[in-house]
Amino acid sequence: MKLTLRVWRQKNADAEGAMSTYQVDRISSDMSFLEMLDTLNEELILNGEDPVAFDHDCREGICGACSLVINGDAHGPERTTTCQLHMRSFEDGDTIDIEPWRASAFPVIKDLVVDRSAFDRIIQAGGYVTAPTGAAPEAHATPVPKPDADFAFEHAECIGCGACVAACPNGAAMLFTSAKVNHLNVLPQGAPERETRVLDMVGQMDAEGFGGCTLAGECATACPKGIPLVSITGMNKEWLRATRKAGKR
Amino acid sequence: MSTYANYPTGEPVVDTKAPEGPVGERWDKRRFEAKLVNPANRRKHTVIVVGTGLAGGSAGATLAEQGYHVVQFCYQDSPRRAHSIAAQGGINAAKNYRNDGDSVHRLFYDTVKGGDFRARESNVHRLAQISVEIIDQCVAQGVPFAREYGGLLDTRSFGGVQVSRTFYARGQTGQQLLLGAYQALSRQIAAGNVEMHPRTEMLDLIVVDGKARGIVARDLVTGRVDTYFADAVVLASGGYGNVFYLSTNAMNSNATAIWRAHRRGAYFANPCFTQIHPTCIPRTGDHQSKLTLMSESLRNDGRIWVPKAKGDDRPANRIPEDERDYYLERIYPSFGNLVPRDIASRAAKNVCDEGRGVGPGGQGVYLDFADAIERMGRKAVEAKYGNLFDMYQRITDEDPYQVPMRIYPAVHYTMGGLWVDYDLQTTVPGLFAIGEANFSDHGANRLGASALMQGLADGYFVLPATINDYLARHPHHDEIDAEHPVVQEVLAETGDRLNLLLAVDGDRTPDSFHREVGELMWEFCGMARTDSGLRKALERIPQIREEFWRRIKVPGTGEEFNQSLEKANRVVDYLELAELMCLDALHRAESCGGHFREESQTPDGEAARRDDEFGYAAAWEFTGTGDAPVLHKEDLVFEYVHPTQRSYA
Amino acid sequence: MARTVWDSSVGKKTVMAVSGLIMLLYLVVHMIGNLKIFFGAGEFNHYAHWLRTVGEPFMHYEWTLWLVRIVLVLAVVAHATSAYQLSRRDIKARPDKYVHKKPRASYATRTMRWGGIILALFIVWHILDLTTGTVHSGGFQEGHPYQNVVDTFSTWYGNVIYVVAMLALGLHVRHGFWSAAQTLGVGSRARDRALKTVANVLALLLTAGFIAVPVGVMTGVVS
Repeated sequence: MKLTLRVWRQKNADAEGAMSTYQVDRISSDMSFLEMLDTLNEELILNGEDPVAFDHDCREGICGACSLVINGDAHGPERTTTCQLHMRSFEDGDTIDIEPWRASAFPVIKDLVVDRSAFDRIIQAGGYVTAPTGAAPEAHATPVPKPDADFAFEHAECIGCGACVAACPNGAAMLFTSAKVNHLNVLPQGAPERETRVLDMVGQMDAEGFGGCTLAGECATACPKGIPLVSITGMNKEWLRATRKAGKR
Repeated sequence: MSTYANYPTGEPVVDTKAPEGPVGERWDKRRFEAKLVNPANRRKHTVIVVGTGLAGGSAGATLAEQGYHVVQFCYQDSPRRAHSIAAQGGINAAKNYRNDGDSVHRLFYDTVKGGDFRARESNVHRLAQISVEIIDQCVAQGVPFAREYGGLLDTRSFGGVQVSRTFYARGQTGQQLLLGAYQALSRQIAAGNVEMHPRTEMLDLIVVDGKARGIVARDLVTGRVDTYFADAVVLASGGYGNVFYLSTNAMNSNATAIWRAHRRGAYFANPCFTQIHPTCIPRTGDHQSKLTLMSESLRNDGRIWVPKAKGDDRPANRIPEDERDYYLERIYPSFGNLVPRDIASRAAKNVCDEGRGVGPGGQGVYLDFADAIERMGRKAVEAKYGNLFDMYQRITDEDPYQVPMRIYPAVHYTMGGLWVDYDLQTTVPGLFAIGEANFSDHGANRLGASALMQGLADGYFVLPATINDYLARHPHHDEIDAEHPVVQEVLAETGDRLNLLLAVDGDRTPDSFHREVGELMWEFCGMARTDSGLRKALERIPQIREEFWRRIKVPGTGEEFNQSLEKANRVVDYLELAELMCLDALHRAESCGGHFREESQTPDGEAARRDDEFGYAAAWEFTGTGDAPVLHKEDLVFEYVHPTQRSYA
Repeated sequence: MARTVWDSSVGKKTVMAVSGLIMLLYLVVHMIGNLKIFFGAGEFNHYAHWLRTVGEPFMHYEWTLWLVRIVLVLAVVAHATSAYQLSRRDIKARPDKYVHKKPRASYATRTMRWGGIILALFIVWHILDLTTGTVHSGGFQEGHPYQNVVDTFSTWYGNVIYVVAMLALGLHVRHGFWSAAQTLGVGSRARDRALKTVANVLALLLTAGFIAVPVGVMTGVVS
């Protein structure tokens, strides 16, 4: 395959960025999208040019590092991570636009690499169960109904890639935040911190400068792990419940 | 090469920390004998932790909970992305919830035997004991393990074990356990007890007066190289499987932290012990950047076969039943498709070497679910393996419900690593290694679902107990700072190395060298090794190294986000580590676990272990780049599990 | 608690949802009342007068009406203020647009924002037209709403403004009702279909019910 790539190039956080055009040839349809970029970078290095910087690590669709907006879609045309997207999803001769995640809470570091530490701070605000090592009771002491365990798992699948933010017209982090809130709040282990968790996480989410939810639904469409939009509804419910309870205290 | 392979043998290395007495009481005894640090004094101690995977994440969180000041590093943009996240299958624990005859002793026994009698009994027994606490801990954190309808935890049998002791969270157990540790760590970061440095890579170890006192690390965003000081340094930087270029490791997993520590005095043990996982998706071409593992659980229901005839290139469904060779079921009738990883991998290599492999280049065997779909129904297969089948289809564009999957072995895990004593301390006082970074409890072969167990055992329970002893015994370190001459020297060396990489301005990319050394390692130090092959590799590696420093091309500068520079610097270390791996493989003239030496096999082609000559862990001491290292042997004593030739027939 | 709610993006959305539902309830009542126009001037004007006497003798003349008006004004202000603040926040959160444009990406958001602005302008015109009579086309007659309505819809621009606004209203209610349900946490996977159906039916009934009046005037059914 022969392709034309239009790639966002930006030297560093403070520099102005722009789209640059590159031609790549001899691309196999079995290549992953990132392997196609590897090919481009090998050429760029040999030509003495700066290779395109992009985040990637496991290349198995689970670490959440890769983060490209391809032709306007977070992670590209298939519902998966960028690293699991293969070139067979494109046609010979295509022009492909590659851009970084866009949100003011995710500033660009270089080229296609953005800073997603805001997500870490949302988790730090309350996305955990306080269970110091050694303090745990016997695992079978608290049975968890299977539907609850499955519900928790479905939300715990979030890989923190940020595609939800990138796809949201408002740059909102509601789907990310709600996935963690729902995962922990449904479990008996998460119950003691149920209210503080949701209030603090939403508070941090706002403080990071993410937008609000207008239920456009783009986040759930882009989510490579299929976290559903209704996850946000669940968090809203938890938030209202927590606010009511906090008001009574 | 001639000088490198003529390594001297030094004094034996001895683990002085494991107490004497019954194996089941040793851990209690050690914890009692270990000195404690007064809780009020703990915040005065700084501990550096490098890596945030299962071992590093759990250690950082636990040390901080205990009151230590933790300074932690990861090269990823977030501690949540460490490669433990990719572990699929599960985590073992001797809970015996199934009442199927499991016990701490059985897990201990299975692990020592599965490791082909090259692990330390005291450590393995401790691991089995702690396994039960890990499950409790993770459940308390909200890890959503699979559950039965009654609300209790589900378990399954995994990877050649006859009891159901593997706890799992669908095919994403590693992810869920890692997020548990990450969340515990996040809580400590928020509390100010952990100072987290993401996108920061350790480039060297600072050893002052024989003790580990800090690290040199590079901020990958600004390129700034800085020093960080502590009372103890914990390496939890994972394995070194990426030496092979193609592996199931993450693209940026690397050996720099442990290799630099090795160069500063930490012995490197059993570097040749590499696990080749039997169920990976075969490579499709030269563009391949990494390999993807398919959970071993697939072998519970899938049947592995190749055509009986050489060069049979008919599509799988056109090959009639009686022309198929279900070779694992044929050779190992009692374990069949569930033989341990090393055996399954080697058998696949053998049939492919015979010319009976399938798919492009004949580098693959079939993993067939047709019988399972007939027996269980498509729905049940989908429920059990759906996500794996989807992943396979996404990568290969083939529908595994219709045509058998193709699998081939790939480098997956390294049992070797920095030599540590029972306290997980390396030969450099104050330097600890945990998780895959140490030479670990898996001997020469790791059983499925044991890596997660070991990483978390080390991080949550072992290290936090044993590091107290070191810190309590070395309470008043002299303050050191960046002006210290040793620190200046290490800093200068690091700077020089990076500058040199940028200055060569040659005509080959870092990746091209990585690929070259990786292919060499796969050919000569992969699934089967020979004396002559290893000697060939040992001759070639210094040449590649020489060429590297002549022809490497790294664009850009050191004072910016520069992924080529990161990569090149990692390749520098691969080019040295590869040599040690080959030497270790060469010296170990026996077949043992993941290390199969063609000269050492039984008449029927099975691995022949030679306990009398090689019943030790080989710990290598660095003497200089390209100079012969010194071999120190740790004799392995088996009081409880007596070495027998492993038999899975 | 009020502070917590107002300071949080989720809380502000709650304010929007609640105020929106209050207005929605009012609109349903308003729309049903409007339909009385098809039963002649007598019944319609009587109904309009009755609105001022609701609650008597406990309430004084027009007290209830003013109460409703106050609640509505508060709802409109709350709705608009939170919408404005949230929109500003949203726009700030995504300052750089993608070079590769996707048309669908902000459909719902855009209809809500522009629809909201259209409706706000409409309300101003509507009150000036039929409540105060300030910009009324014919001679505005206090106490003769039937004639006033007929006058308004006898002008082309009256009809255009009204119909456009009611179409905007339908779209606004359609996304807004479902959205409010999600914000208030009553949505679920099982209920999603039902909620969407209710939203669609409400939007359709309101739009049709309101537009029936100008159509009635235009076709001469009402005159």
